[in-house]
Amino acid sequence: MSELFFDGRPVPVEPDQTVAAALWRAGVRSWRTTRRAEAPRGLFCGIGACHDCLVTVDGSAGERACVTPARPGSVVSATAPSTVDPPAKGQRAARGRFDVAVVGAGPAGLAAAATAALGGGRVALVDASPRVGGQYWRHRSDGPAQDRAVFEGLKSIVEERVEHIADATVWFAEPGFVLHTTAGTVSADRIVLATGAYDRALPFPGWDLPGVVTPGAAQALLKGSGVVIGREVVVAGAGPFLLPVAVGLAEAGARVVEVVEAGQPTAYLRQPGHLLGAVGKLGEAGRYAAALARRRIPYHVGHAVVAARGGPDGVSEVDIARLSDGSVRTVRCDAVAVGYGFTANLELALLLGCGSRRAVDGGLAVLADDDGQTTVPGVFAAGEVTGVGGSTLAVVEGEIAGSAAAGGVLSTRELRQLRRRRDRLRAFADAMHAAHPVPAGWMSWLDQSTLVCRCEEVPLRDVERAVQELGATDARTVKLLARPGMGWCQGRVCGYPTAELAAHLCGRRSTREDHAAFAHRPFAAAIRLSDLAGD
Amino acid sequence: MDPMTDRLPATADVVVIGAGVVGAACALAAAQAGLRVAVVDRGPITGGTTGAGEGNLLVSDKGPGPELDLALHSRARWIALAESTLDGDVELETKGGLVVAATPGDLAALRAFSRDQRGAGVEAVDLPAESLRDHEPHLAGGLAGGVSYPQDAQVQPMVATAYLLRAARRLGATVHTGVSVTGLPHGVVQTSRGRIATPAVVNAAGTWAGDVARLAGVELPIQPRRGFILVTEPLPPMIRHKVYAASYVANVASGESDLQTSPVVEGTRSGTVLIGSSRERVGYDRTFSLPVLRRLAAEAVALFPFLSAVRVIRSYRGFRPYSPDHLPVIGPDPRAPGLLHACGHEGAGIGLAPATADLVAAALTGAEPPLDPAPFRPDRFVDVRGEHV
Repeated sequence: MSELFFDGRPVPVEPDQTVAAALWRAGVRSWRTTRRAEAPRGLFCGIGACHDCLVTVDGSAGERACVTPARPGSVVSATAPSTVDPPAKGQRAARGRFDVAVVGAGPAGLAAAATAALGGGRVALVDASPRVGGQYWRHRSDGPAQDRAVFEGLKSIVEERVEHIADATVWFAEPGFVLHTTAGTVSADRIVLATGAYDRALPFPGWDLPGVVTPGAAQALLKGSGVVIGREVVVAGAGPFLLPVAVGLAEAGARVVEVVEAGQPTAYLRQPGHLLGAVGKLGEAGRYAAALARRRIPYHVGHAVVAARGGPDGVSEVDIARLSDGSVRTVRCDAVAVGYGFTANLELALLLGCGSRRAVDGGLAVLADDDGQTTVPGVFAAGEVTGVGGSTLAVVEGEIAGSAAAGGVLSTRELRQLRRRRDRLRAFADAMHAAHPVPAGWMSWLDQSTLVCRCEEVPLRDVERAVQELGATDARTVKLLARPGMGWCQGRVCGYPTAELAAHLCGRRSTREDHAAFAHRPFAAAIRLSDLAGD
Repeated sequence: MDPMTDRLPATADVVVIGAGVVGAACALAAAQAGLRVAVVDRGPITGGTTGAGEGNLLVSDKGPGPELDLALHSRARWIALAESTLDGDVELETKGGLVVAATPGDLAALRAFSRDQRGAGVEAVDLPAESLRDHEPHLAGGLAGGVSYPQDAQVQPMVATAYLLRAARRLGATVHTGVSVTGLPHGVVQTSRGRIATPAVVNAAGTWAGDVARLAGVELPIQPRRGFILVTEPLPPMIRHKVYAASYVANVASGESDLQTSPVVEGTRSGTVLIGSSRERVGYDRTFSLPVLRRLAAEAVALFPFLSAVRVIRSYRGFRPYSPDHLPVIGPDPRAPGLLHACGHEGAGIGLAPATADLVAAALTGAEPPLDPAPFRPDRFVDVRGEHV
């Protein structure tokens, strides 16, 4: 059997596993300690956003274990700052000039690239992963067959007609347009941003314990690497995504202790107009609900995980509160997958100067017109970046944006149908968001020492002090005075809760500006100084 | 809760325009002098150039002259503020500066500069090439030599500003954010939220001070000079001092509008390494310029080779309030009675704020100024014919 070495100890490696998955499978649930409290950290978001899982791989420090392939023979260690130069990756190599470059190879990006390519122009599909599919279709071939067929169809067009630029994380974008990636520079007359989303987390006491992860992390670990997050798992948060995660874990042999849903998911059933437009999506949810019932997995609506406790090895129990009356019960578990919807990856759009708005779910979304064009001419957007709405909507938006970016590939009739379908799916998504809101009382779960920012280890106390004693009147000033969002993840995780907390402490509702303060990132990804400096 | 954004007072002894570090220091000094102070800012506190600063308290980059005198006075004042007046940790670090020269020619010029500085009261220790790594173990090899400046220090500028304002509030000052000044007729500050009758206005609007001056009918030639900073991932302590190349001093003193860069590298208490510096006069263009960022990275790696494997996680930019003769503008403006300026500090505003505030407070109260304010007088840019030079 092939293996890597973690702090000198052999750890088995299977094909297609990440370093995080190999470690987790071997029972290692944390692999670094934080700089201040020396608290154990391991996997959290599971898809490269949170930077909690940093590890040193073969002398290169600061690698995200959740997106780094596990290679047999690799030497992995917890800390050790990097002093070894990594091999040159050809960052400055020109990868060509294209009519259209699509960023992100998930449902929206694949659809955009495939549609644009049907127009006959030169199209590039730029993605951080080795394979197309994004978070949604990255995984082993399962899921609804109909969905799979869409994927296979788009993939075959892309394979035939699109230049797929893989392993290419875009770290900077310039007007005109030039995308600077870890696999070289890509120039294009028009670009489509289909950069997707990651799980939205809310802080609560113990959310930084090993074993507390996002549903996306549990899903990526399972579907991407074949590793089950725990033996006894609580799946919690808000939104329809909890259902497939719970079913997947149960099918893989975990005992799903219960599914804890903060919202009232039947609320959208009362909106027949939307229902008609998205019967497929409802059918999907129904199938998952039936699968839960078959396995006798309790599904509690109007409840939330409000605290987690455990030791250095990780979480061992959680408090689950009924939101209507605050009554709490304690449940034993060895893993928690908890998330409240999604946060879209907006940094490239904001870097290029695209306008943004608050979406129905409270997060930021790129402003896009009927063609998917942003406020910057030549920059299009599709999928979750225009407002979180799921994969079916993402595909439709991708087709519309891809067609427009390529100068009009689809016929007027096709576009009319697509737009009608988009509007129906968007209305359905909005109804879903309304049924699964961020629970109003989440701020009351925190105590003074609860970390708001995991990277910089900023407790609630410091955020409160920034407003109440130091005079911050907005989220950006809170960031400047107390450092939430200043660390490794650059506010990807703490941005939403900190913006909400800052506004709440200032006695007002949060604004687009509060949230944008955490979404503007001059570097869309961390980059080594040697790579930035170039030759 | 402290009065932050309550209704504007009808009257004040002095209205300070700008809640950056200079405005905050002026507010505190005026409040300490017993004046009733109102601070107004169109944005949040510490939202302009202060929020994009590194927090330098530098003497090393200043040759003998009025700015160095101001810096030496101000440094002592910062230490006193941090140790006694301010009830909070402003992260004052007296870590010292290290200026390095790449070539024998640079070194000779640097040595001549440090000799003059010593004559003006600066502690400056000439270092031979072989002892540079005793001071900074990870410096590149092949440097010609350097000068150590133990007096160079740093504060966290945003937190320091917040504490200055809090100290002022505890003495009765009020701070009003989100309030734009719309007019400055004699004796009145007109704002987007009402009027304040006041005999004195302090223009501490930083890079935007020219706009405020214009409301009072006077010109100030303050212009934005853009700078970028790269911020690395947090590291264990690797860099002890503020380290910069001898070319930095020449760049600071230059009046060129074209891009100039010189490496300035320092560790912070939070573990990040800050990398500067760039200077260019491009108006208020907020775009992140990749060519500039690339140059900063290359120059930093040349100074500290270990940085090549370190990641940059962030960048920020700010607009220094540039004044044509590189001296701040401080004191009463004889062209507009009641208007005082405290602006134009370019990249040195954090360091020079307390001394600036002392000069302003002295002017407001008629007290003896701690040093000669003449070099900073606001009408110095106007020639005998009344025209701007």
